[in-house]
Amino acid sequence: MNTFSDSVLAALSLVTSFDPALWVVVTRSLAVSATACLLAYGVGVALGAWLAVSRFRGRGAVLVGLNTLLALPSVVVGLVVYLLLSRTGPLGFLGWMFSFKAMVLAQFILVVPVVTALTRQVVEDVERQHGEQWASLGAGPWVRSLLLAWDERLALLTIGVTAFGRAISEVGAVMIVGGNIDGFTRVMTTAIALETSKGDLPLALGLGMVLLAVVLLLNALVAGLRLWGERRNARPAPVDRALGAPA
Amino acid sequence: MSLAQIGLEAVSVQLGAQAALTGVSLRIEAGERVALVGANGSGKSTLLRTMHGLVSPTQGQVLQAPGVRQAMLFQRPHLLRLSALNNVALGLWLDRARGLRWAAAQTHALQALQRVGLQSVARQNGRQLSGGQQQRLALARAWARQPDVLLLDEPTASLDPHAKREVEALMAEFASSQERPLTLVWASHNLGQVKRLATRVIYLELGQVMADLPVADFFNPAVLAECSPAAHAFVQGELS
Repeated sequence: MNTFSDSVLAALSLVTSFDPALWVVVTRSLAVSATACLLAYGVGVALGAWLAVSRFRGRGAVLVGLNTLLALPSVVVGLVVYLLLSRTGPLGFLGWMFSFKAMVLAQFILVVPVVTALTRQVVEDVERQHGEQWASLGAGPWVRSLLLAWDERLALLTIGVTAFGRAISEVGAVMIVGGNIDGFTRVMTTAIALETSKGDLPLALGLGMVLLAVVLLLNALVAGLRLWGERRNARPAPVDRALGAPA
Repeated sequence: MSLAQIGLEAVSVQLGAQAALTGVSLRIEAGERVALVGANGSGKSTLLRTMHGLVSPTQGQVLQAPGVRQAMLFQRPHLLRLSALNNVALGLWLDRARGLRWAAAQTHALQALQRVGLQSVARQNGRQLSGGQQQRLALARAWARQPDVLLLDEPTASLDPHAKREVEALMAEFASSQERPLTLVWASHNLGQVKRLATRVIYLELGQVMADLPVADFFNPAVLAECSPAAHAFVQGELS
């Protein structure tokens, strides 16, 4: 057997035997990225929906800046957060450096532009086509942005998964601000980088498999939800039933 | 002179580099059924949107009699992923002037659905209804707001003949309602529909009113040719 197949088999064994060293890292990764994405999702959807319907001087420049941030390198985010949180930095007093919170903050900054820009695009497309109908019914920009964002919730769900994929797969930012400390701030991507450099390929491969599986599972979940949503559209929504629609 | 329900005084609208309306003056009186006709890009939709306040005039002004309420129907209504009932109720709930609570909005919405014959699909998702049903649902949403003037932008343009007739019948009913007759102003490419429903026809060309006549005169070739050769040529072209 060659090294590759040996490593794959060893990795599978680690995954299926629920090796504690592997699963602690997996759990931490999921916790960091899920927390960052939930926070970023709340902020990004609200901001994106607002940007979609509001018109102000300099909006074009804001959108160019926002779209530029989509390609923000994670190491740059890591560096900026490092400077902010370092002992002499403006947020040094928080004492977050090399902690769970620092990694959440870095991933939050990385993901907010993704959620904001994609939400803005989705809502603005609908607003352009149908916004005046809702304006005609008396919905101001804020109400319109909320209604249209809510109506496009399935598309926004996909944006959430995209954001999570970006967060959980990045390595540069969490490496810099988390420090890859064993048992404390080591996450899947930093562990893969470390174990590969040490030559422990089974653990690195095992983590890679779990990482892929997580992203695959999320995408499958969203595809399922979209399908369910489309089928459900043929029937009265639970919210309507709760509101007492007549027979 | 009394104040018209809607009045336009020398209204011009510039959309980007294009003059969408130029010096349009007209009065819409209560109970009129006014059809706006003209080729694509003639300014029919912009005129409706300007009357409704969705587009601001670059010059001139739009006047409205105090207390007059408007509602507008679009060619392709946008419905949320909600039941038919809640789509109408939401339209009512958004009407700040009425300040209805959600339960009251639903009650009124159901009455509006009954008015357009859609009570049997009240619980169905609005997006899943047929094109004709969706347009009737949008009519219910507009009618429920108790407007005095209903503006309609090519309301039957994307409907099949059967659905077209249903929407037309509702428009005629709303206009001749004993309890609350509506003033109708609508854009249309369908001259047959204009002949059946309108009391007055306004012909637009390149953003200008080229003819504004009672329906009988508009469809009288001799009168139309004398009043507006451009409108006459348009009608002959459409009918040939």
